[in-house]
Amino acid sequence: MTLKDAKVGETVKVLRVQGEGPIRRRIMDLGITKGVEIYIRKVAPLGDPFELTVRGYELSLRKEDAKMVLTERI
Amino acid sequence: MSIKIALVGNPNSGKTTLFNALTGSNQYVGNWPGVTVEKKEGKIKWNKEVILTDLPGIYSLSPYTPEEIVTRNYLVDEHPSAIINIVDGTNLERNLYLTTQLLDFGIPVVIAINFMDVVRKRGIKLNLKKIEQALGCRVVEISALKGLGVEEVAREAISISTGKTKFKNDIFTKETEGAIQKIAELISYGYIEERELRWLSVKLFERDEEIISHIDLNDKTKENIERVIRETEELLDNDSESIVISERYDYVTSIVDKKIKGKDKVSVSDKIDRIVTNRFLAIPIFAAVLFCVYFLAMGFGGFGIEGFLADASLGDNTIGWVELLFAWISEGVSSVLAGWNVWPWLIGLIVDGAIAGVGGVLSFVPQMLILFLFLTLLEECGYMSRVAFVFDRIFRRFGLSGKSVIPMFVATGCAVPGIMASRTIEQQNDRKITIMTTGFIPCGAKMPIVFFLSGSVFGTMLGGGTIVRALIAVSAYFIGILAVICSGIILKKFKAFAGNPSPFVMELPEYHVPAPLSVLKTTWERGWSFIKRAGTVILLASIVIWGLSNITIETTKENETLLNDENGSFKTEWVAIKDEEDNIVGREEVPVYDQVNHYHYYTSEETVIENGEEITVIKIDKIVAVEHEGLYFMQDGCNCKSILQILGECLSVVFKPLGFSESWETSVATVLGLVAKEEVVGALETMAGDEDPSEKYFNNSYLVAFSFMIFNLLCAPCFAAIGAIKREMNNGKWTWATLGWMTGVAYATSLVTYQLGMLFKWGSFGFFTVVAFVVLAIFLYFLFKPAKFSLLKIIKAPFKKKQ
Repeated sequence: MTLKDAKVGETVKVLRVQGEGPIRRRIMDLGITKGVEIYIRKVAPLGDPFELTVRGYELSLRKEDAKMVLTERI
Repeated sequence: MSIKIALVGNPNSGKTTLFNALTGSNQYVGNWPGVTVEKKEGKIKWNKEVILTDLPGIYSLSPYTPEEIVTRNYLVDEHPSAIINIVDGTNLERNLYLTTQLLDFGIPVVIAINFMDVVRKRGIKLNLKKIEQALGCRVVEISALKGLGVEEVAREAISISTGKTKFKNDIFTKETEGAIQKIAELISYGYIEERELRWLSVKLFERDEEIISHIDLNDKTKENIERVIRETEELLDNDSESIVISERYDYVTSIVDKKIKGKDKVSVSDKIDRIVTNRFLAIPIFAAVLFCVYFLAMGFGGFGIEGFLADASLGDNTIGWVELLFAWISEGVSSVLAGWNVWPWLIGLIVDGAIAGVGGVLSFVPQMLILFLFLTLLEECGYMSRVAFVFDRIFRRFGLSGKSVIPMFVATGCAVPGIMASRTIEQQNDRKITIMTTGFIPCGAKMPIVFFLSGSVFGTMLGGGTIVRALIAVSAYFIGILAVICSGIILKKFKAFAGNPSPFVMELPEYHVPAPLSVLKTTWERGWSFIKRAGTVILLASIVIWGLSNITIETTKENETLLNDENGSFKTEWVAIKDEEDNIVGREEVPVYDQVNHYHYYTSEETVIENGEEITVIKIDKIVAVEHEGLYFMQDGCNCKSILQILGECLSVVFKPLGFSESWETSVATVLGLVAKEEVVGALETMAGDEDPSEKYFNNSYLVAFSFMIFNLLCAPCFAAIGAIKREMNNGKWTWATLGWMTGVAYATSLVTYQLGMLFKWGSFGFFTVVAFVVLAIFLYFLFKPAKFSLLKIIKAPFKKKQ
């Protein structure tokens, strides 16, 4: 599954970040790397983007970009 | 010799606060060459030998954002003596990730862990010894806000600035480190300086396009490097970029005590967020915040944008203290100058041109400062990122990001702070498009145009009551928003903007109370940079406009033309001639000077006997108009044409297809709108005199009036906003592009509206109807044309090529 499919309140573990280019780099630079746990905190009032907790801070990520992140439920 | 120290850190890490605490008022604010990234330098308060450079807030040193490129180029090219790396103590992992990258430059680093007061309050214990040992650099605990540890950090940075650092080679795994060492060996044959070797090797391992394109390596070396990377990638089953990032993070995680990661159950930030980004409350709360900001700015600003907040009564405006001050100054200056017998045109130039122009700008300043103050407050406390989070969904639809919300909403009050608020948008392309489109939003000063037209023109024509007025006013906003949306979609398809899909991966920082000094400083910097740069544009422009409207050209140098009173073209009157004792001794014919400006008249004198008395009669034989070549200052009551009127007449040819060709006044009013949009209505009313403006200018056609309104709402903004655009674009070409785009959109929209309106209402079909259809077709083509995005576009920034 990708991060896009995760539900609010779930915690997932990152397997890999797919794709290439600036967005992927940005996602990884902000700490979404292999093995890290992500808590899906909430979804913005209009349904997008996500608010995630990763490495102890809050991050906003569009669902479209979340497709790049391969995850598994834990 | 002076010491150069660089200040590097994540956004929201308190970097600016630390910079202000260290440098006080010894600051220089500018821009990095070629990009719209602010550059700040300052001398340390107690040691003027030390120059501190505040580098932009960044998360990493990737080649993708101008901020990151500016930082890495600075570190490579300028090679500062030391780096102060400010680190958010509540968020060590992500912050120290950047630190591991800074260590590759071979520049001594001192880590300043900020927000220590917050860290302690939360009962988090940091193992500083462990961090010091693991990263091989000094760690100092500070609280930039309270000024704790600030001096110590600076002293530490100065004391290590003479030293050299050993590269940390235990951050990566054996395999990765081995590959990096191999690459270092491969490239160390040539011109590369030893201190750069480490950083370049890591970057080459990551396949950093910017570095690859800037250093000369022969094909064999490139091949060898690629082989080394491939081998490692296979070994570790990942791509090299991910390997580097993951291993840096893994290393940081291993040195940061697990305890720090432990989240306290529900923090204050969470509680605030539950309300502020709540599904139902988020948007109403934003509206309320915005309303409060405007309300306060209007209340305390003491300025007078007419008609704002739906006050349609035009003449009735509150006059701010700045305006009163300037009225007082111009009165004083003109009376002093008149006392010195200065030429009237010079007084006019100084008082009506320069002082009125500057006054016009400065009258906006109090309101703007208050808007800036609140914007800075909302930004610093962390609310702005929530707004972007909430609205991203809408704005992404037309190619912008959530961060464009703020400029657009602020621009409903005034475009100047709106344009300046675009500074918080990280993505350069998004920022440019936001600047290019913010001016379409009807600002407070454009409202008088709308109210004037809806009241006096549409009102009389459509017999309109409140409903028609309201509809017209709403349509103004609707047109503005539509222009923004369509521009966003179309501009994104142009080559200059295409290619870089904007990442909206954004930190939502914790809410915190902003540092008052920092907020005031930022507010003042914004205000001052507006006054300084925009001020000069406006001053010049007002003088030019004043000149154009007060100077007349006379180009025909005709032979003397005979004019006399017989054909009634020149009026004369008789006045009495008196002697010293006030007795009437004759009469003289004099011209009534209302026909031509420059003339000579020839008289003959004769003595006649009237009523038994001998009196002198001086009679005009002929009057000759003398027309000179050159520029003249216009006298009161002369019916010559000002340059502005001539310009207006020329322009009315251009405006003919839009329908407002009947009168040159509408063209002139449009040009005057460049000074300030309120001028449009003022000028129209003045020039109309006693006539009914709707008949005089708009030929009683609401289509013409509507076309006029659209053009004035969308065309190039006032000079103040143009100044702000220039300030934010930091580039003349882009400023002109913006003005061209806005005026082009305005023209096209008015043209299509008018021509199609004429076609459907009157069935009139002509050349311009065809043009209108072509314009419409082009517009639709660009609107629906699929966008071509290339995935990678590297921002070219100066990076010295090594010879």
